[in-house]
Amino acid sequence: MDSTHVSATPLSLALVGNPNCGKTALFNRLTGARQKVANYAGATVERKEGFFVLPSGRHVRVLDLPGAYSLSATSPDEAVTRDVCLGQHPDEQRPDLLLCVADATNLRLHLRFVLELRRLGRPMVLALNMADAAERRGIRIDAKALEQELGFPVIETIAVRKHGTAALLAALDGRLPGPAEPLPEGTDLHAETRRLLAAAVSMPSPTNPTDAAIDRWVLHPVLGLAILAAVMLVVFQSVYAWAGPFSDGIEAGVGALGEWISSTLPEGMLSSLLVDGVIAGVGGVLVFLPQILILFFFILLLEESGYLPRAAFLLDRFMVGAGLSGRAFIPMLSSFACAIPGIMATRSIPNPRDRFLTILVAPMMTCSARLPVYALLIGAFIPDRMVGGIFNLQGLTLFGLYMAGILGALVVAWVARLMGKRASDEQALMLEIPAWRLPNAKDVLLGLKERGMIFLRRAGTLILAISIVLWVLSTFPTPPEDWARPAIEYSFAGRIGHALAFFFEPIGFNWQICVALIPGLAAREVAVAGLASVYAIAGADEANTEQILATALHNEWTLATAFSLLAWYVFAPQCMATLAVVRRETSSWRATAIWAGLLTALAYGAAFLTYHLTAALT
Amino acid sequence: MNLSQLTPGAHATVTRISELSSEDVVAHRLRDLGFVAGEPVSLVALGPFGSDPLLVQVGYTRFALRRSEAARVEVQPGKA
Repeated sequence: MDSTHVSATPLSLALVGNPNCGKTALFNRLTGARQKVANYAGATVERKEGFFVLPSGRHVRVLDLPGAYSLSATSPDEAVTRDVCLGQHPDEQRPDLLLCVADATNLRLHLRFVLELRRLGRPMVLALNMADAAERRGIRIDAKALEQELGFPVIETIAVRKHGTAALLAALDGRLPGPAEPLPEGTDLHAETRRLLAAAVSMPSPTNPTDAAIDRWVLHPVLGLAILAAVMLVVFQSVYAWAGPFSDGIEAGVGALGEWISSTLPEGMLSSLLVDGVIAGVGGVLVFLPQILILFFFILLLEESGYLPRAAFLLDRFMVGAGLSGRAFIPMLSSFACAIPGIMATRSIPNPRDRFLTILVAPMMTCSARLPVYALLIGAFIPDRMVGGIFNLQGLTLFGLYMAGILGALVVAWVARLMGKRASDEQALMLEIPAWRLPNAKDVLLGLKERGMIFLRRAGTLILAISIVLWVLSTFPTPPEDWARPAIEYSFAGRIGHALAFFFEPIGFNWQICVALIPGLAAREVAVAGLASVYAIAGADEANTEQILATALHNEWTLATAFSLLAWYVFAPQCMATLAVVRRETSSWRATAIWAGLLTALAYGAAFLTYHLTAALT
Repeated sequence: MNLSQLTPGAHATVTRISELSSEDVVAHRLRDLGFVAGEPVSLVALGPFGSDPLLVQVGYTRFALRRSEAARVEVQPGKA
């Protein structure tokens, strides 16, 4: 191969290392924002690829492989890492070079994996990351000696600093190393790791004294839980307080855009499609973007700092009691704002069964889109009076709805655990509690951008398509001139609603509810507008409309019907955006169908019981 | 004696990993994480509910292990 040819072909690298070795920070530093994030076909494993150019002008394509402790994979993530390193992955070319990343402060664990990779006999370079942290702790590493022992280049890097990768870039730009020389057959990797450490590393203390001091408070059985509660309170307070103005801004913008289009375009189908279909549908979901981003900002901070695994440590036993794992805590908590970030956060759960179970129960947490529906029904049916001197009956009802979701989730997880026990597969924790780290602004922002884009891409494609379908259903066929009742009743949605009424009659829903549920599939709170249009209510403004609607519902429905609809809303997989995310995160229509089927059955059962109990008691 | 029987703050040395079956994935993973004969370990802290999980230091790393996982690690108490 001549030299011009070599510089013309992009070099393909795979970043490989243990979890918490700073691999992703190094990936971000090397590639900047030139990253492509996708999922591996048929798997829930994320594929991260980036591009950069070496000082010589040579192009590099780099794959950020999922963190792994060993090539004996125990999770789908680790299996991808193993297959790519072995050159056996069906969708991935074998990389030219394995760029191994090891945390310089955690070499006992990380070097063993490096040695396991060395067995593959591929060209390798070892990046000793977080060299600055090691130096601060008085850890001295003789990189030259280590390089001599290993037989491939060893380079110190500081992924969080701007020029921390200069030496690495220089090394990649030169002549690349040949295949690593495998160790003799039967070498004990642990013994070899100890030998390397003795030869090249001096470690004054196995742990960072500052970390140990912080952990004495943070992991304390009582104080630790109090700190966790305080952290969560701050996060949720901020999500609601900070997102408000942005959501209002988006809502106003969407409204103004709709008005501008209706006044610019001639009245007719096109204008209605754009305003009532596309803008109202996509806008109704976009309103949640600020909440989602703020929530993710905090989750990323907690993740980057190392707090998340500590929260999992504190809550694991409690969550196991409910059939989940400690790692399910953050997804469940996030789902109180919106199930979408909650389901996306289940990526930190390596076990596929635990992960699916968390995806199944997360939407039962009361999200903010349910609140407008709850507020409408509670306002219409629950008298505003005090109980026992201190409690407001309406407030108690809302609390009851939150608790119903939580209890439902616990029961489902518990039942699933009983069924899982029979299959006798033990769920492992074995969770690394990493060193505390100051989150890096650039890494947090890149993570935020990545998550925001996933949500927007969904809103841009599937949610757009669903909005258009729902608009078609509620607009066509258009009623004849002499039609006296609400136009939606004449439409497909009206007819489907009427047809569904047979199915929903046992749980006390009239056909008006069934019709309103159809546009409500776009986002839960849209059902309020759906009810207003099916009851042909239009007030002077939004607040006025809701007041008239509440009065109308109070006169039209029985208490049993109202309670039944509330019970339905606690469990039903009503929101198409959530469905789209479940599809993306599970990469399986079958799993998505099971998910939707189970939640619908649960909602139907709960509404049935609620309806008949309330009817019997009133 | 096994790792789950240590008291917080206690140091010990791993003697062996017991396997519950011939294909014990947990035992295999514990070895990959560094729980091998001769390795010094210490019990750092216990979880708030039912003293589970256990926070264990091995090498330069800390892991949260459930009681059932820690019970597989046979140890000889005392600082190495």
